[in-house]
Amino acid sequence: MKILVMVKQVPDTATQVKVASDPRAIDTTGITWIVSPYDEFALEEALRIKEKRGQGEVVAVSLGPDRVKETLRSCLAMGADRAIHLLDPAWETADTLMTARALAAVIKQETPALALFGRQAIDDDMGSVGAQVAELLGWPCASWIMEEAVDEAGKAVRVGRQVEGGLEVFDLPLPAVVSAQKGLNEPRYPTLKGIMGAKKKEVRDVKAADLGISPEPPALSVTKLEALPPRPPGRIIPGEPADAVKELVRSLREDAKAI
Amino acid sequence: MAGAFWCIVEDDREGNPKKVMAEVLGEASRLAAQMGAQAEAVWLTDKAAPEGIKLLGELGAKRIWLCEDPAFVPYRGEAWTAVVAELAGKESPQAILGPVTTRQRELMARLAARLGAGLAADSTALALEDGKLVATRPVYAGKLLSKVTWARVPWLATLRPNVFRPAEPQAGASAQVERPTVSIPSAMMKLVERKEEASTGLPELAEAEIVVSGGRGLKGPENFVILEDLAKVIGAAVGASRAAVDAGWRPHRFQIGQTGRTISPKLYMGFGISGAIQHLAGMRTSKVICAVNKDPEAPIFKIADYGIVGDLFEVAPLLATEFKKLLEK
Repeated sequence: MKILVMVKQVPDTATQVKVASDPRAIDTTGITWIVSPYDEFALEEALRIKEKRGQGEVVAVSLGPDRVKETLRSCLAMGADRAIHLLDPAWETADTLMTARALAAVIKQETPALALFGRQAIDDDMGSVGAQVAELLGWPCASWIMEEAVDEAGKAVRVGRQVEGGLEVFDLPLPAVVSAQKGLNEPRYPTLKGIMGAKKKEVRDVKAADLGISPEPPALSVTKLEALPPRPPGRIIPGEPADAVKELVRSLREDAKAI
Repeated sequence: MAGAFWCIVEDDREGNPKKVMAEVLGEASRLAAQMGAQAEAVWLTDKAAPEGIKLLGELGAKRIWLCEDPAFVPYRGEAWTAVVAELAGKESPQAILGPVTTRQRELMARLAARLGAGLAADSTALALEDGKLVATRPVYAGKLLSKVTWARVPWLATLRPNVFRPAEPQAGASAQVERPTVSIPSAMMKLVERKEEASTGLPELAEAEIVVSGGRGLKGPENFVILEDLAKVIGAAVGASRAAVDAGWRPHRFQIGQTGRTISPKLYMGFGISGAIQHLAGMRTSKVICAVNKDPEAPIFKIADYGIVGDLFEVAPLLATEFKKLLEK
């Protein structure tokens, strides 16, 4: 069974993020890049499916500039068999739809049984690409999955989808798109052997023309990034707990009108 | 009506719109009025309750596109997308809005792909500038705000709950109900079962107006009962930090933060939560933030409107008592 896992390179949460001189972009100087955490759940799940079945291939796919190679190497170190790097200046302004079109085209070429995504990337938090790929391919899609089991014949997958108030368990015929929610698994750390082995694995560059697509202008564009307006300074309420609590309750009621 | 602002209805699975629809309809009506257009509801359900239909009208929907069919329950992306896209193709709405819920996040993304339209997910503000919609979205763990705009119509956006001003129900206002004929593709996904969460009797985290949240400072799962007692007094939902969830003290669905829920309540109260960036990402758009922590240097105090440096085991029960006194008045 072949599984494609779509991953995105994002700034580490703890990294300082500043707006660049181009107000539509962030200043990438000094940023530590990581694999978006939800994508790690997706990759871990793909590796587990392969290990459980005793055969198969896991391919990591990412769209982005040169530095994305590093992210793909991390995926190979975790255990992916090979990687595909969608690398083309034409994708520099990619919105979710343009990204989804590129990924859908790769998936069509690779014909996997399962396309796994993280439920959202933690940089722009759009959480749209997986479902958009499913729509473009006409595949079924389950988002925010907490459980997954591919049947023995490799024809269907049973997933538990998180919804408000519960978990809905569905059977999806393969091929299908699923997106991983936290709780699906605990991603492994790459081993030293994995890291060494990753260097020998294939990372293939793919351009828009290789996929037979000509990128269209984005349907959604960022016009400006701005720093968060500062919150008004807060107040530490001093005093003995009983007095402080009385004052806090009074403030919440009378000043903040929050209760 | 061409140019309408559509609102995709999120219901309680018993035929009534969820509370958050007042916010979506309120925003849709405000924007539509500026363009001489109207807000309309699109409702896919197995059965709409008459009072649910009435409520949508009172909240400002001038028309309801009501599609009732057992095939719409449970939500399945392939069926819903096809139906909303077919309607949109015929009716040419100006915008399609919905609340951020797990299924609408997926539905709107699929719909955007089907229509070749842009989607601004999890928006916290919408405004018309020179006749074009501009959305504001928190990005990079809420450290920056991104302004986005669309290349073409329809404009698709999902709205973060508790951020937009809800419509006040107008008694006597009613919507024209349309029951369009639509073709529903047979769903590829088959429901096996629905596992209900044990009800806590407290509001849902994403929609709650008040959220009480606990972190590592609670020292163990058994101590969340202190926060639950407080929550019951003030009608709050109880959340948790990643540290508390990763320690196995609370199920993941209660996690607030970057790898959990993003919430925006009227009042957020954090107990024993240091305020790591990844937690702030999930709650920094709360209107009033209140923190209780032993450590005066805890980062959460930097964004808190009110703070008490103290022992939560002492402070939380005192708060419950004081709130009770206040609310009994």
